[in-house]
Amino acid sequence: MSVQPGWPIARKLTLFLAAIVALLALVSWGMVTSFAREAAGRTQDNILAASATSIAETLRSEGGQVRLELPYAAFSMLGAISEDRVFYRVAAGDDVLTGYADLDGPNVTPGEPSFATLPYRDMNVRAVSVMRVILADGEAVPITVTLAQTRGGVQGIAAGLSRQAAYLSVAVFLLAVGMSAFAVRASLRPLNTMAQHVSTRGPSDLRPLRRRGPPELMPLVRALNRLMDRLEGSIKRSEDFIAEAAHRVRTPLAIVRTQAEIALHSVEEEAQKQTLRRVIRAVDDSSRSASQLLDHAMVSFRADDLARERVNLPALAEGVADALRPTAEMKDIDIALAMSPAEVEGDAILIQNALRNVLDNAIKYSPAETIVRISVGNGGGEARIAVSDEGPGFGEEPAAHLTERFKRGDKVEGVVGSGLGLTIAEEALSAHGGRLELGRNLEGGGACVSLILPAA
Amino acid sequence: MRFLLVEDNAELADSVVQRLGLDGHAVDHAATLSDAEAHLEVADYDLILLDVMLPDGDGRDFLARSRDRINTPVIVLTARSQISDRVGALDQGADDYITKPFDFSELEARCRAVLRRRGGLARNEITLGAAVFEPNAGTLRHGDAVMELRNREIRLLEVFARNPGHILSKSQLMDRLFSHDEDVTENAIEVYVGRLRRKLDGVGVRIETVRGAGYRMSL
Repeated sequence: MSVQPGWPIARKLTLFLAAIVALLALVSWGMVTSFAREAAGRTQDNILAASATSIAETLRSEGGQVRLELPYAAFSMLGAISEDRVFYRVAAGDDVLTGYADLDGPNVTPGEPSFATLPYRDMNVRAVSVMRVILADGEAVPITVTLAQTRGGVQGIAAGLSRQAAYLSVAVFLLAVGMSAFAVRASLRPLNTMAQHVSTRGPSDLRPLRRRGPPELMPLVRALNRLMDRLEGSIKRSEDFIAEAAHRVRTPLAIVRTQAEIALHSVEEEAQKQTLRRVIRAVDDSSRSASQLLDHAMVSFRADDLARERVNLPALAEGVADALRPTAEMKDIDIALAMSPAEVEGDAILIQNALRNVLDNAIKYSPAETIVRISVGNGGGEARIAVSDEGPGFGEEPAAHLTERFKRGDKVEGVVGSGLGLTIAEEALSAHGGRLELGRNLEGGGACVSLILPAA
Repeated sequence: MRFLLVEDNAELADSVVQRLGLDGHAVDHAATLSDAEAHLEVADYDLILLDVMLPDGDGRDFLARSRDRINTPVIVLTARSQISDRVGALDQGADDYITKPFDFSELEARCRAVLRRRGGLARNEITLGAAVFEPNAGTLRHGDAVMELRNREIRLLEVFARNPGHILSKSQLMDRLFSHDEDVTENAIEVYVGRLRRKLDGVGVRIETVRGAGYRMSL
């Protein structure tokens, strides 16, 4: 079962925080830039106004003539800002007294300097005009002093400040994104810890979670615990049900079989004996089918959530061989073991069941007084349990068909079996990433079934 | 052998007692765990056949509880699938298990295997002419020579030895020797009888063919 993951919370939160930080950085950069531009402009205006005023201060009337001395200090002040070009014009009304005649200043009223940004000679200049009224020959003459300066220096300063602000904003942005990523990860850690805690549990570990966690996670923990509770209950119920069902089916079968055996001892007539033998065979048939159906259900159930423990294959093979030896002895079949060390990782009960089914098959199809050989070994990253018999082999049927559910080989006339044995073995192995290999026993001419598992 | 059968289903218990009786075994029946305890206090048994699901508890719990008090070998009769039950039963001290419904020849084979393992198999000697047959050990001693018999030879010889002078039909012998899921012809019996005749050569015991009826061993 796989769930398509959505957007990870960590990435979502980090991106969200980064977007906020980026917006803040952009806004603060914009504000710094506009402040810088404004401050630089104001500085230029102040200097321009001071210079124009100091030029106006030198105006005086001498014998009906307006005289002017351009103070050097006024221009050196302007030079202090930058290497910008400076233009000036002093005019009485429309008569230009000195300076650039084509420089047109802003309209002006006496007392207050007025400012304007204007185009002049293909340049953008900041201009200031001050007006001073001089008495000449008892007549009041309004004199306008206009001073203009190109804006390169001011813009340079503003741009410089803006650049600094941009660097600073980027630095703050990166730092903030890094810190939010860290903070997000740190706050999600309890969730990850919990997920890990749950996913590393064995399939049968359904104890409730007892770890402390942040209160936001408590609803999830409680929901998980309730789910595990229900799961445990339903597993218990299905196991009990299977046990009860098996008991109910098998006990009457056992009664029938036992009664039939008793009857077989007492009846004399061959026809009656034949009938009783048929009854016994039918009982054995249904008993085997019931076993294999239950095994099959159990294998599917366990394979869904596979246990992972170290399994020592020689010990496991020996146990299975011991369990089936009395059955083999009934037909004077010897079980011969050839072991070398091999270990795998997985569910011992499933592997045991797979081997039991394969060995059971081998005994069932072997003629009396033959040998069934089990060899266990390790090689090429694979562990292998091979079971070979001296029976009829698999015939001409393609090997792949034999492991399909309820299929049986074409050489099994007169042997009780429902055909699930190899299917169960195959399923148990493939749950471990292994496989079943059906082949020929090269020594005795029978079948050789190999259980192959990835070595641990 | 003397068995204690712990099984709550009366019908099954009756037929098992009867069936084991046919093979000459003595069986006491207990329907509950407390009944079983009572039996174990007053009698000694060679083997306990223990059902798992009993009205007053789980047979495996009983096993775990009383393993240190009771030294009698136990074979668990289970109705469950081996995969889930076998591990639990063996871990809790059962010597073996067998799934219901069971073949009585297999049950007997498992009983013998358990008793052999536990060293509790009683000596059981049957004198056949000049030789001594030990079914539990699977040997036939004749003077200094000890012959090992295979499982089917033992079972066949046992039937003859317990029914001396009786005519045993081929089909009777086949039921004794082969499981019901094996397809064998009556010729198979001739093979085993032939082998026994060779092994009994010089012992003073003969297995005669009674034409149209079967075989008879005469001492």
